[in-house]
Amino acid sequence: MTSEEKQEKMFEKWLSPSGIEFVSAEAEEAYKSRANRIKKAIQLKETPDRVPVILGVGLYPARYTGMTIQDIMYDAEKAVFAYTKVVMDFVPDAYSGGPISGKFNEILVNKQYKWPGYGLPPNADFQYVEAEYMKADEYDHLIEDPSDFWLRVYLPRVFGALEPFTKLAPVTEVLETTAMNSFLPFGLPEVQEALNALIAAGNEAVQWSTKVREIGRTLRANGFPAFGGGTTRAPFDIIGDTLRGTRGIMLDMYRKPEKLLEAIERLTPLAIRWGVTSAKKTGSPLVGIPLHKGADGFLSDAQFKTFYWPSLRKVIIGLVEEGLVPRLFAEGGYNTRLEVVRDIPKGKTIWYFDNTDMAKAKDILGDVACIMGNVSLSLLQIGSPQEVEEYCKKLINVAGKGGGFILCSGASLDNAKPENVHAMIQAAKEYGVY
Amino acid sequence: MKNEFVEALANLQENEAITIAQKMLESGTMAEEVLELAQQGVDIIGKRYENGEYFLPDLIMAGEILKEIASLVKPRLSKGATARRLGKVLIGTVEGDVHDIGKNIVSFMLEVNGFEVLDLGVDVPPAKFVEAIKEFQPQVVALSGLLTVAFDAMKDTVNAIKEAGLRDKVKIMIGGGQCNENVRQYAGADAYGKDAVEAVALAKKWIGGE
Repeated sequence: MTSEEKQEKMFEKWLSPSGIEFVSAEAEEAYKSRANRIKKAIQLKETPDRVPVILGVGLYPARYTGMTIQDIMYDAEKAVFAYTKVVMDFVPDAYSGGPISGKFNEILVNKQYKWPGYGLPPNADFQYVEAEYMKADEYDHLIEDPSDFWLRVYLPRVFGALEPFTKLAPVTEVLETTAMNSFLPFGLPEVQEALNALIAAGNEAVQWSTKVREIGRTLRANGFPAFGGGTTRAPFDIIGDTLRGTRGIMLDMYRKPEKLLEAIERLTPLAIRWGVTSAKKTGSPLVGIPLHKGADGFLSDAQFKTFYWPSLRKVIIGLVEEGLVPRLFAEGGYNTRLEVVRDIPKGKTIWYFDNTDMAKAKDILGDVACIMGNVSLSLLQIGSPQEVEEYCKKLINVAGKGGGFILCSGASLDNAKPENVHAMIQAAKEYGVY
Repeated sequence: MKNEFVEALANLQENEAITIAQKMLESGTMAEEVLELAQQGVDIIGKRYENGEYFLPDLIMAGEILKEIASLVKPRLSKGATARRLGKVLIGTVEGDVHDIGKNIVSFMLEVNGFEVLDLGVDVPPAKFVEAIKEFQPQVVALSGLLTVAFDAMKDTVNAIKEAGLRDKVKIMIGGGQCNENVRQYAGADAYGKDAVEAVALAKKWIGGE
């Protein structure tokens, strides 16, 4: 199968979700027309009937329903209620985002995040705690054996409950008659405690996902496609966000550029594998890739072209070849990157922009990729419905020309006035008709 | 050697800059003069950032080299030597937000441009800003935040400053992530700066450094 055929197959699956009983013939009809509208916007072959509009829900369901963030992170039933209600009430073409379990992270003593009920007040957004989870002198370990590095160095550092995993032996030493030696660590009480934490985390993961799966099922049955699927990262961000942190990776760019590039290359096929397996599990062609350290201002043009883009491009191509649609979320601005990232196959990606100049994005990327986003969170939070309507109308005129555009907030919704969210959805339906 | 040092620093050649600084100190150059030269290098770095030649990695590297130079120079400094400062800026990421990259760039650029900066860090409650204003007595307060929760936190901070009777003593600027002119109005700040270069321009305008 060509990548083109593979993509069609993935879309077919998405258009006719298996195991879903629609609540009515109208709901089924609505589901298909919405999914088709989005498919056409992505593929750039035909102009859809109108501009699709997506609700990127983020943590908004809690605020919209008057719950705290802590509520929806610790009570799956409340989360199901809030996430379902927000989509049903606003009637977008699709939605993205879902709740995450606070308890799961608590069991593992996750040090990489703070969240409400765990270091933050009940109504705060959960936040990433950047640190050097990998040290500057650990590149060789990462490059030689990434899985071993993850198991015995990264996991113990990130999850307090798995700290004893530092005592494990490399699994590749389990060979023939001396195999038993590798199992000695599993006899240690502290390692056994860590294993118990794994079991508890696994149980919570199963319970939580079984309950919250209800959100997607109910919404699909009511005619709303999920605008999500798999996930992966840009290899540079795996190191710059997750392992070394901003300061760490940026010093490495000066002090050990070869090692950094080698590690990026090592992680690239793993990032592709992650995207492919996670998307195929969901039956959706979409693969969300949040982009961070390549935004305007973070790197120079030369640094972007050397350290960031080549590996990200490989990930994009790797996913596209499997028939998937990378959805690249360019947080912040991407104005200085547009010419560079243009070098991708046509009709195979979505570029989800935060505050990038959309006229420029349309001009430069419009013939190769679907562009999306840009209704600013501040406008939705503190503007008026008239201002939102006005902004969306202009945006549709500029970025929606000839198709290839999806209306959406510039990032996942946190706080927003409901009337402003309605105004955004309504704008697509009113001004987005082709 | 002096020119080479300034150049090595400006070009962010870590080993060269440190080695030359060491050599200068060993061959009798006064610590104060090394600092003076380092300042020249930093001025060039700041200019290159403003001109869009340098970016975040370059500023972080510069900060790192300067830290190393400072540790070489400090033990040899004569006491009581203080640099001339244009004015004082209090900066911090507002309550509920732990992001610090943007704030750190602004701090760095303000320092490079001759301001005395007190950085309160991240997730700073309004009361802590008020307290710091009383003690540090800045002319400018800079509020940073990436998340939308920062909008309300900025507003609360400005209100707390008002309630403490300090609002007319300071100019307040905001910046970061989702901020813009609307957020400035909402928070009741005096200005919004879209990046570190604008932050420096605002501070200069308000304090009269130019």
